[in-house]
Amino acid sequence: MAKTPTLSSSVLRVALVGNPNTGKTTLFNRLTGARQKIGNYPGVTVEKKSGTWECGGRRVELVDLPGAYSLAASSPDERVSFDFLTGHLAGEPAPDAVICVVDASNLVRNLFLASQIADLGLPLVIALNMSDAAEKAGIRVDAQLLSRHLGVPVVRTVATKGEGIDALEKAVNRAVDERACMAQVPWPEAVGRAVSYLRDGLEKEGVRPLADGELRRVVFDRQSAVLERAGIPPGFDPAPLLSASRDILTAAGIQPLSAEALLRYEHIGHLTAGTIEFPEKRKRSWTERIDAVLTHRVWGLVIFVAMMFVVFQSIYTWAGPFMGWIEEAVASVQSLVAPLLDNWPVLQSLVIDGVIGGVGGVVVFLPQILILFFFVSLLEDTGYMARGAFLMDKMFGWCGLNGKSFVPMLSSYACAIPGVLATRTIEDPRARLTTILVSPLMSCSARLPVYVLMIGAFIEPSYGAGVAGFTLFAMHFVGLAVAVPVAWALNKFVLGTRPQPFLLEMPPYRAPRFRDILWRMWERAREFLVRAGTVIVAMTIIIWALVYFPRPESVREKIEASAVAGSPAQTDRRVDAAYIEQSYLARAGRLVQPLFAPAGFDWKITVGVLASFPAREVIIATLGTIYGIGSDVDEESGDLRTTLASDRWTEGPRAGQPVFNVPVALAIMVFFALCLQCGATVAVMAKESNWGWALFAFAYMTLLAWAGAVLTYQVGTRFLAS
Amino acid sequence: MNGAACSLSALRIGERGRVRPGSPDHPAFQRLLAIGLLPGTSVQVVQVAPLGDPVEIEFNGMRLSLRKADAAAVEVDRAD
Ligand SMILES: Nc1nc2c(ncn2[C@@H]2O[C@H](COP(=O)(O)OP(=O)(O)O)[C@@H](O)[C@H]2O)c(=O)[nH]1
Repeated sequence: MAKTPTLSSSVLRVALVGNPNTGKTTLFNRLTGARQKIGNYPGVTVEKKSGTWECGGRRVELVDLPGAYSLAASSPDERVSFDFLTGHLAGEPAPDAVICVVDASNLVRNLFLASQIADLGLPLVIALNMSDAAEKAGIRVDAQLLSRHLGVPVVRTVATKGEGIDALEKAVNRAVDERACMAQVPWPEAVGRAVSYLRDGLEKEGVRPLADGELRRVVFDRQSAVLERAGIPPGFDPAPLLSASRDILTAAGIQPLSAEALLRYEHIGHLTAGTIEFPEKRKRSWTERIDAVLTHRVWGLVIFVAMMFVVFQSIYTWAGPFMGWIEEAVASVQSLVAPLLDNWPVLQSLVIDGVIGGVGGVVVFLPQILILFFFVSLLEDTGYMARGAFLMDKMFGWCGLNGKSFVPMLSSYACAIPGVLATRTIEDPRARLTTILVSPLMSCSARLPVYVLMIGAFIEPSYGAGVAGFTLFAMHFVGLAVAVPVAWALNKFVLGTRPQPFLLEMPPYRAPRFRDILWRMWERAREFLVRAGTVIVAMTIIIWALVYFPRPESVREKIEASAVAGSPAQTDRRVDAAYIEQSYLARAGRLVQPLFAPAGFDWKITVGVLASFPAREVIIATLGTIYGIGSDVDEESGDLRTTLASDRWTEGPRAGQPVFNVPVALAIMVFFALCLQCGATVAVMAKESNWGWALFAFAYMTLLAWAGAVLTYQVGTRFLAS
Repeated sequence: MNGAACSLSALRIGERGRVRPGSPDHPAFQRLLAIGLLPGTSVQVVQVAPLGDPVEIEFNGMRLSLRKADAAAVEVDRAD
């Protein structure tokens, strides 16, 4: 006896689909609670969200597909949805049923997607969501009548309040058992002819047989990914075949590229006839009134800037104390654990500096991530995000970004990690990738210590506080000034794809729900810890090893033997400095120093720069160690400033001259401003795009930083008296 | 009643138009049809962004932001 997939013991697969802003995410969270898994579909960077749902005694694996208006596979998201629904994703059998979430206030438009799913022959349930909002606006949908017309269950739901969940469970079970499919469009006979013509032609060329629903997509969509995926034999150009099958439609008076929309909407018009009741007189809605202000050319901008200022300030300042506490906590764990390992110095250093330090280096980003995602969720759930994108689009659109790039880029001024994570709100994959690639150019808060040290030690003493302040501002501006042309060049020369139309729905304003916001904050934080955290800890351990090894005893013995004067603490610092000087990292530093000579860097600065690649803020501690003042210095430290200022070249053409002067200080700052010295960001970028792009960003920013530093130093030495 | 035919991007804030069959060659053509901007639909420009682009339109109770370049895909009969 053949096993059917609908046995109550086996797990059902149900897909959740719907237009954006229909409450799909809210419903998904309602149904699956905490039992969720987030991953990626194999080979694509589209996020896969699934969870288990106890659906009326059956166990269901519920898969949340990306929100979309249509199944025309023109973006990666839509393509994944279509491939998933037709069972063509590796390791993903087609679902047993589909729940289509529709917004009750926009029924007709939402049913377009449902009708496309009907074409695939999948059992379907319509969740008539946001029914509360629709009813309040005076829109009434007769769910029973609609269900009879469509031939599938229609369930009234209010996802935010959990209304209609029981009915939804019953409906899904019924749809699966009865294989309830929605009424298909009665396609004109010419469509049938065009499809069979195409089928015959493809079969002759040995293309894998396609279902009618798939063939119709090929005929109707300007560019369909269906054919590509079906496997075109080499040397076969399907274009003539395709245009011949479209000619069949044209001959019958049907315009092929508009046929689907016109026929489907006509059919939906018949199906919904008599099921929707609109209010007699439309009131001016809240959304219209609020929009009159929030998208206003003057007031809209003023309010937008004010809001972004608040967001930025909060990430920048509120996170500070929390980060301080985390750092203190990490330090106290380190000092608790250290004595236990006194007898094993290598293990001690590995555990203290590598493992605990690495974990601390991950956790320390949590406050910024949580705060930013509080605001991002708030902006998204209220519907304001789309308005911000509307206001900003022109500024960003011309260089391949779009209006939604604004929030990630602004956040990156605090920290690129939450910034890169926030690019998830950008639907256009190309704009999203570009935003990911330029966000780390924004001057994050970890660069500040370098600026403060260099400006305090070299700019302020020579030029005074005014110039010092201006320099600090200029350093924050450099990244942005570079990011725009970089984005433009990336789009023009690297990505090279055609721009996607930027159509953005402005959803009605809604009151946010704090439970959902907290949930999203937690979701992002957890993902960061699990997905990027592991990579970051691994990188920290590798760098730790490069700084720690080799560690011959002879170095310590030599210094201790010659230490006639000086306290034990001083001797220890000199030992530390000596060890760093002969570490693998320092050897590398000496080796590459000639590369940095045109920027005015000596080998110590070069080692500092290399040591800062995993995390730029360690530059201060590294300089402290190299200069033998101890690693617990900070950027305000007078000791470090005077030591730096008195350091002189001991060899080479500049022997006897100071190592640090104004052009060198500026070159260092420019280098740090433009370089991607942050392993955590690279790891997050890799997770959000792929390792190829992350390494590409690393490479281009390093080159840019080097060029910027060299240019600054060369111009600086020519024009500035030092 | 019906005014001259023009592109949707030529309408000013507050003006309405009725969509005419558009040019299938435009990249945004199919997307706009899929969300229901069909010939015969009444559409209004409700806002223009501070820098002149994009525009916010409303049709069938949906508010949509689109760039002028994409709005050019839509021909309308200007309504007075
Ligand atoms: N009034 C009302 N609001 C809802 C309902 N479902 C979701 N929302 C709200 O609609 C907004 C968008 O919901 P979300 O789940 O993010 O939509 P998605 O874009 O389809 O995933 C959020 O502010 C939700 O709180 C509902 O049934 N009624």
